[in-house]
Amino acid sequence: MKIFKLSRNDTILMLGFAIAILLMPIWLQPIGAAYPDLLQKFAIFGLFAIGFNILFGLTGYLSFGHAVFLGIGSYTTVWTFKLLSMNVVPAVIFGTLLAGLFAVVIGYVSLRRTGIYFSILTLAFAQMSYNLAYSVLTPITNGETGLRVLRDDPRVLDGLFGVVQEGSPVGNFFGINMQGYPGFYFCAVVLIIGFFISLRIFRSPFGLKLTAIKSNQNRMRYTGFNTRPYLLWAFVISGMYAGMAGSLMAVTDPLAGAERMQWTASGEVVLMTILGGVGTLIGPMLGALLIKYFENIFSAFNESALHDMFSFLPSLLENLMVTVVHPFVGDGWHLTLGTLFMVIVIFLPGGLVEGVTRLFKRRKSDGVSAKNPGPES
Amino acid sequence: MSIKVSQPNGWTRRSVLKTGLGTAAMAGAPMFFVRNAHAFTNDPSNGSSVILGFNVPQTGAYADEGADELRAYQLAVKHLNGEGDGGMMNTMKPSSLKGNGILGKKVEYVTGDTQTKSDAARASAKRMIEKDGAIMITGGSSSGVAVAVQSLCQEAGVVFMAGLTHSNDTTGKDKRKYGFRHFFNAYMSGAALGPVLEKEFGNDRQAYHLTADYTWGWTQEESIKNTTEGLGWKTNAAVRTPLGAGDFSQYITPVLNSGADVLILNHYGKDMINSLTQSVQFGLRDKQVNDKDFKIVVPLFSRLMAQGAGENIKGIFGTTNWNWSLTDEGSQAFVKSFGAEYGFPPSQAAHTCYVQTLLYANAIEVAGTFNPCGVIEALEGFKFDGMGNGATEYRAEDHQCFKDVLVVRGNENPSSQFDLLEVVQQVPRSQVEYDAAIFGGELGACA
Repeated sequence: MKIFKLSRNDTILMLGFAIAILLMPIWLQPIGAAYPDLLQKFAIFGLFAIGFNILFGLTGYLSFGHAVFLGIGSYTTVWTFKLLSMNVVPAVIFGTLLAGLFAVVIGYVSLRRTGIYFSILTLAFAQMSYNLAYSVLTPITNGETGLRVLRDDPRVLDGLFGVVQEGSPVGNFFGINMQGYPGFYFCAVVLIIGFFISLRIFRSPFGLKLTAIKSNQNRMRYTGFNTRPYLLWAFVISGMYAGMAGSLMAVTDPLAGAERMQWTASGEVVLMTILGGVGTLIGPMLGALLIKYFENIFSAFNESALHDMFSFLPSLLENLMVTVVHPFVGDGWHLTLGTLFMVIVIFLPGGLVEGVTRLFKRRKSDGVSAKNPGPES
Repeated sequence: MSIKVSQPNGWTRRSVLKTGLGTAAMAGAPMFFVRNAHAFTNDPSNGSSVILGFNVPQTGAYADEGADELRAYQLAVKHLNGEGDGGMMNTMKPSSLKGNGILGKKVEYVTGDTQTKSDAARASAKRMIEKDGAIMITGGSSSGVAVAVQSLCQEAGVVFMAGLTHSNDTTGKDKRKYGFRHFFNAYMSGAALGPVLEKEFGNDRQAYHLTADYTWGWTQEESIKNTTEGLGWKTNAAVRTPLGAGDFSQYITPVLNSGADVLILNHYGKDMINSLTQSVQFGLRDKQVNDKDFKIVVPLFSRLMAQGAGENIKGIFGTTNWNWSLTDEGSQAFVKSFGAEYGFPPSQAAHTCYVQTLLYANAIEVAGTFNPCGVIEALEGFKFDGMGNGATEYRAEDHQCFKDVLVVRGNENPSSQFDLLEVVQQVPRSQVEYDAAIFGGELGACA
């Protein structure tokens, strides 16, 4: 089919991405990140960031409230688990659709403004939803305690098909439990599909229009082009990505809490995208990997782990190193992340992707005589 | 005339749909996942060490408690490995601990930050189980987190020794076979506090609740309400406040005009420090309402919070699981060894976490196996003494410890910066006991 046709470079990119994602359990082993829970997080937040990048990277609209869709996806999924079935397919579909629906509403209102006003509007919506989920909507969201799947929930469809739940209920894909590695592969496949769709959008006329809006929206309007429907579409699509990511979070761990909607969660995806490279295809995924790695691995280094790490040094030097490094790991992992973020924003405004392309360019220019530097991509 | 559209290979749309649905229904049919009866998660039998996971809040409203919990865990690990002076290992009765690790294996530990959020806590616990190979998870300084992590541990087949969690739900409607709690709960606080409140404040009072809006706050509000209404008090209003709110002035202003003469703060950690300090700043304690002195009650009290609230806690009533000023042998041994290590006395959070670690290790020694099912059996109904609370029992029906509860009051004339709580009454176990069935819930099975 025509829609699956890609240029040669894109085919390579697509294949490389798919292979890299599916082989994560192997190549992440040496750095201690290859355990199912973290791998699932990589895939889920990768999807979230890739979706966010469709809005932020292409149109330049910085939404500061995308976590709200993450939360809606999670809550919808858990409710589907509770009411319909522990099968993940309807759960993910409903989660994505409902997030899309909310994106239409929030996008319709927020997109009337641009720049900082748009960001503030989305932030306001997100905080509003967070506070609603936290207090007023407690009957639906179970507040701070979080919404959980219980054994005695109705689960109409499961009852219809005679699916028996043994022990505590977990999401399943037609009988395969969505925890551990199967859960990761499920998320990975969704991520790869998500990446493919994002690639298609980047290469499509629709994507081109979005980039045009980013470069100069006024000029677009002067030519008689109505930009708003395109912006709304971009907003809804990226909202649906976020909803799907939220669904996957609930699929791998059937629990939804209001803190997923907090502004810190919205800020995190912005960081991921900027760290990796705004507007690049692969950048958001890299950013997601980096931040989740820091959050889960760096935060776990305690003093004894550091002592082990530097045990090859003489004891005086060992203690010195531990004292120096200690504030940057463990509960100080935010400090390391912050420093890294500053360094990248100052020296590599295009994120990690820019770093990699610069490296390649330097290598090329070492071999061939330097030509005019190409336009920044 | 109808045209039948058929794919070249003979698949019609209808047949594709039929086959698809059929396959889906077949695949969705019951699949029973049978776990090998002998194998269990992270079996350390072949290694030289056994890994415990300490999952405590290092950031957020309960960070102070978390830091103290972690100190206690590190101390417990030392003692289990035969280092230090042994602390409560010397006073625990009956004890099978030998001071050579657990079943001869060296005890090691990994730590994680729960951030006082269910999501982060579960991620951190999962990391410990999946990556670090932890055989037991313990900690948590919020009941919401404890309940979330406890159900995760049940799924993973790993024992969870709850740290500081005071909600009735933890061993009530959300109890789990793999979860155990040494700490007391809101019901016990209410039962212990009731008679003292009656004696001090009388039977004709109007209470106003400010409640942390999550499982612990809800159950504590309910338990205290039941107790005070039993005394003949009226409940004027019960207002929920978000966890970690920081500024409580908007919630305190309405109290002034509500006609209530007692404010009950169902807050803990930094929240309690903030809400109490602000209540005092608003002049609540100097007020006269209904011809009575306005009073503030903090049902769950701890020395760490008292330290944070400073002058404001003087004369305020509450309950606590344990206080370092107790003079029994076990408490003294623990305070001495904690003080020698860190230079200040331990909090109740530290105490419960330390005890939990020792109890878990002891249960393994008793069972003679690391298999959680054996350990759970050894813990259920375990009776012990010499751990600071007198004779204590782990009730088999809901995995809740039953022991004496302390009613305390903020010390009017502290003799040191740590001497902040004065024990008013040591309420005997029989007075705070309840039927395991009243909160519902089921333990489930050991897989």
